[in-house]
Amino acid sequence: MPEIKITPLGAGQDVGRSCILLSMGGKNIMLDCGMHMGYNDERRFPDFSFISSEGPITSYIDCVIISHFHLDHCGALPYMSEMVGYTGPIYMTHPTKAIAPILLEDMRKVSVEKKGDSNFFTSQMIKDCMKKVIAVTLHQSVMVDNELEIKAYYAGHVLGAAMFWIRVGSQSVVYTGDYNMTPDRHLGAAWIDKCRPDLLITESTYATTIRDSKRCRERDFLKKVHECIDRGGKVLIPVFALGRAQELCILLETYWERMNLKVPVYFALGLTEKANNYYKMFITWTNQKIRKTFVQRNMFDFKHIKPFDRQYIDNPGPMVVFATPGMLHAGLSLAIFKKWAPNENNMVIMPGFCVQGTVGHKILNGAKKIEFENRQLVEVKMSVEYMSFSAHADAKGIMQLIQYCEPQNVMLVHGEAVKMEFLKNKIKQEFNLDCYNPANGETCVINTTVKIPIDVSLSLLKAEAKKFNALPPDPKRQRTLHGVLVMKDNSICLMDVDEACKEAGINRHVIRFTSTVHLHDPGSSLSTAHKLHSLMMDKLPEWSFTFTDGSISVETVLVKVEGEDDDQKSVFVSWTNQDEELGSYILNLLNSMGQ
Amino acid sequence: MKLYCLSNDPNKPCHILTFREITLMLDCGLSMQSVLNFLPLSYVYSNRLHNLPVWMPSDVTDIDVEGELRENGDRIFIDSPPEFCPPLDKLIDFAQVDVILISNYLCMMALPFITEGTGFQGKVYATEPTLQIGRLLLEELVTHIEQCPKANFAAQWKNVVHKLPYPLNESFKPKSWRQIYNMGNVNESLSRIQMVGYNEKIDIYGALQVLPTSSGYNLGSSNWIITSDHEKIVYLSGSSTLTTHPRPMDHHALKNADVLIMTDLTQTPISNPDSMLGLLCVVVSLTLRGGGNALIPCYPSGVIYDLFECLSIKMQDLGVQNCPMFFISPVADMSLAYSNILAEWLSSAKQNRVYVPDEPFPHALLLKNSKLKHFKHIYSDGFSTDFQEPCVVFCGHPSLRFGDVVQFIELWGNNPRNCIVFTEPDFDYIEALAPYQPIQMKVAHCAIDTSLNFTQANKLIKDLKPSTLVVPECYTQPPVSAPTLTELVIESNSDRTLIPYKWGEVINLPLKRKQGQIIMETEVAQKINPIEVKSGISLSSLTGSLMIKDNVHNMKSFDSGSENKLQKGIHYEWGLVNVTEFLQKLAQEGIIDAKVEPSGNGVMIHLQDEDALIQIEDSCTHVLCNSDELRLRLRNILMQCLKQF
Repeated sequence: MPEIKITPLGAGQDVGRSCILLSMGGKNIMLDCGMHMGYNDERRFPDFSFISSEGPITSYIDCVIISHFHLDHCGALPYMSEMVGYTGPIYMTHPTKAIAPILLEDMRKVSVEKKGDSNFFTSQMIKDCMKKVIAVTLHQSVMVDNELEIKAYYAGHVLGAAMFWIRVGSQSVVYTGDYNMTPDRHLGAAWIDKCRPDLLITESTYATTIRDSKRCRERDFLKKVHECIDRGGKVLIPVFALGRAQELCILLETYWERMNLKVPVYFALGLTEKANNYYKMFITWTNQKIRKTFVQRNMFDFKHIKPFDRQYIDNPGPMVVFATPGMLHAGLSLAIFKKWAPNENNMVIMPGFCVQGTVGHKILNGAKKIEFENRQLVEVKMSVEYMSFSAHADAKGIMQLIQYCEPQNVMLVHGEAVKMEFLKNKIKQEFNLDCYNPANGETCVINTTVKIPIDVSLSLLKAEAKKFNALPPDPKRQRTLHGVLVMKDNSICLMDVDEACKEAGINRHVIRFTSTVHLHDPGSSLSTAHKLHSLMMDKLPEWSFTFTDGSISVETVLVKVEGEDDDQKSVFVSWTNQDEELGSYILNLLNSMGQ
Repeated sequence: MKLYCLSNDPNKPCHILTFREITLMLDCGLSMQSVLNFLPLSYVYSNRLHNLPVWMPSDVTDIDVEGELRENGDRIFIDSPPEFCPPLDKLIDFAQVDVILISNYLCMMALPFITEGTGFQGKVYATEPTLQIGRLLLEELVTHIEQCPKANFAAQWKNVVHKLPYPLNESFKPKSWRQIYNMGNVNESLSRIQMVGYNEKIDIYGALQVLPTSSGYNLGSSNWIITSDHEKIVYLSGSSTLTTHPRPMDHHALKNADVLIMTDLTQTPISNPDSMLGLLCVVVSLTLRGGGNALIPCYPSGVIYDLFECLSIKMQDLGVQNCPMFFISPVADMSLAYSNILAEWLSSAKQNRVYVPDEPFPHALLLKNSKLKHFKHIYSDGFSTDFQEPCVVFCGHPSLRFGDVVQFIELWGNNPRNCIVFTEPDFDYIEALAPYQPIQMKVAHCAIDTSLNFTQANKLIKDLKPSTLVVPECYTQPPVSAPTLTELVIESNSDRTLIPYKWGEVINLPLKRKQGQIIMETEVAQKINPIEVKSGISLSSLTGSLMIKDNVHNMKSFDSGSENKLQKGIHYEWGLVNVTEFLQKLAQEGIIDAKVEPSGNGVMIHLQDEDALIQIEDSCTHVLCNSDELRLRLRNILMQCLKQF
């Protein structure tokens, strides 16, 4: 049995540093190459020594596929390609190729310049790494080499996010990356066709959640923001530069417009305009509504949202600030948090998932005091709200995707172990599919059935179809294809036996047997033949008989009656060696009648 | 496999290809040559056009024709809304078409004629830019015509065509000409299109697979590769090997086709698009320098993007950069906006700009700097205030029969300092100008056609190595405009069959399927028992259950429990029976009374005691025997004497 091997180096029963190794049909593929936001030591990158204990990994990996630009999916890419060493192809969509280097550079600055990290990749390395990237478009079939084919599907998680279908020979796998099954304010919903992969590797961030309607969450969010500014509080919304930020901006912009609010809204990010430019240029990746109206009105031109300046942190009065990064683990959002946290009028809204180890994760778990590296202790008096705006599929969405693509097996990654267990059982129950969730470093082997395409002569197929169509319709009847497989110069073709002998240049030798049975049956020989015919049809309902000129034939068996006026009839039964079983059965049948 | 040709214009192709019981339409171009026979449509009352003398055939007494025809110079024009010549609908019922493949946005203008009101229920495939820009072209065409409604539709002239002067008397099938569709038809028709990407494999009812590849001609333009298990057909429509703004042409995928259908080659075989572009820039700049205006009739997408780019640079060089460029079209804003969001479909140079992020086309910057301004119509708000002369105006339609260009010719035609520059190759410029003669403005002819010329096409064919090449008949003869240039043909070559076709013909293509494909499952494969019958050739008889779903054949092992006798392995004997060996084996079995006689091509062996006959020939052995016990012994011995697979 051919097999598919999967080893998560990251995202196995965990969220962060997604990196999954896939081996099938002699090909090795790396799915995503992310970093972990919760760590500052070597654990932030996947353990590439698993692939090769030393030296570059180019010879072990056929291609790398990046699903989207979030750093937990592409953050380790320059490290892997430039520091560990990989010169093979890297595939991602056009928007990912455009945006990923900006986020990588941003992260590099925070790590090296602010935290003083050494042994980190440089700006040049990011550029060199991006030169190895091959951009793909949706649904385009890309042949990585003669045997390895990949195809991207829309995933709807962030701009340019894609799911990838990967095929080697007759084996195939779908890797979802992160995806979202419900369209939001700027992106469409993930879609995949019935590609029936042997394995679906899906994220499971919200494995146990069934989220209420999007509208309710939006209304809730706006209500909380409005209440806070009404009591004079400040609202901090930590976000990542691209993705959820744009959606929330559209939401606030329309609300401010409608309610005629004057409280300032700031977007604390040098990238704002640039970021929005990407959205303008890749508008074909946004949802239907934005695409339709972009000529008249660019949804990413915001009237009420102004750029933020660090000095505004201490400004009196209410305000709303979007600041990066999204998990409060570093940078400006953390700086603002430290200032605003001790005031109970203020509020922080976490619009997305936070990985373990980040401040975001701590306060969401109810921490009232946060201790920082320099022993600084911050009291958290501000209200902490969590609004699930991150665009992941919930349990319902994951089940929906399984339904769409009809896999043979399912594997859960990018989620928490306990929640995975729950979803795993549900998938087993509902779809009766095998479901796996390996931990990091654990290899999972999946056996697949193999399907071998072979050539077949058309005349053989046509002869079968003719025979089948001549039979009365019966939906339960199995169709039978019989022929001779000719294997010659690397080509394999199934054909009719005579064709095959001709093709091989050999003489077929037909052995035929003829036996005579004597029957006592007055009347014409034709009426005897008729009687025999109906008897045989009765005894052998599976077979198709033909009756011409007083002789009965089925397959190569021929039955003929002679003796015109006698009561005694001679019945000749003749068949080829291939129909020995049928021929001797009929002979016995007639013999038993004769006695 | 059959090919039907439904269009008489190789640059506005429309074919039907039938293969494996699938009916495919390849492109649905709309020939617009017919519109040149009509009077221009003007927004405002045109004294001159209205006062053209009415023309009547000399010997026609039929009063109905009166007022339908008018004369200017030596030309006769029909005073009616323009009519178009849709693809031939007599050879095939459009309701039977399963799939329409569109190559580029210039080859889909007949789509509403095909899909609306014909019972068409199939699928239409096109790339995203083809759909988006095609929509702009269709909408512009309908808007241009609908905004100038005419009170009367002339129809009687069609009854007396033979009595009309040239070129009307030679017009192609005037009775089949139709009024343009309406916006409702356009929307309905376009909503049927499914967007596809380059190199996306599309399954057609399991029988065929189609795949678009980049053809380098315009945004989203594609060639189509149609394959079944063993056959490959390439449909090559508008293609370009030049480097302009679209993604370059993908040659590799087109190689080694069984059949290559090639159409839509250049309409300007003699001129070079690069030098024409250079000439245009110079002509326009010099016109501006001399205080004149330049009028460039054009389609709202395509070469104009390159014109904006090159012209603005040249204008800078010649110091006329302060003259504004106006782009006037009902879809100008959409065209400019779309061109800058289709990065994935552009040349790598343009594509790389979006990674910065910058707009891929420099006209975004020209718009920002107000060097280029766009308006829906000349009567749109703001145009009259922004309008300043001298200037460059880009507007439609290249036929000069409708659109804002009609007004500009009325406005500028009498001033010899102005210049009209023809860039679109679809219409003969002399024909196009005929209703406006006499005209004072300068006329420059710089037709830019980037599609393959004959040299490029012949080189490409040599490279692609098709077994059979199918081309419009006119490509096998020198062009009508240059009958002496015998090199301007598609060369025939003994390496391949060349099949020419023309309008209304149905061609049998020499592609005979001999093999199909079947998917064998592991359990079946495990039953294969290859026996080498000769060095390098192995045979194995094989039986399995056949499952056919969506035209895909699967061979599985039989469900356990079913009792079909065929399911047990059947084997075949081959080789010759050595009679001496056979007799020896009989003797070993205790049968010693065999009497051998020659008979026919072999021998007859009579077993007297048992009353059995065995007739042995080279390719068959016949055993006549009434005792089953003996028969089975003989069978055993025979099978020992023969080889089996």
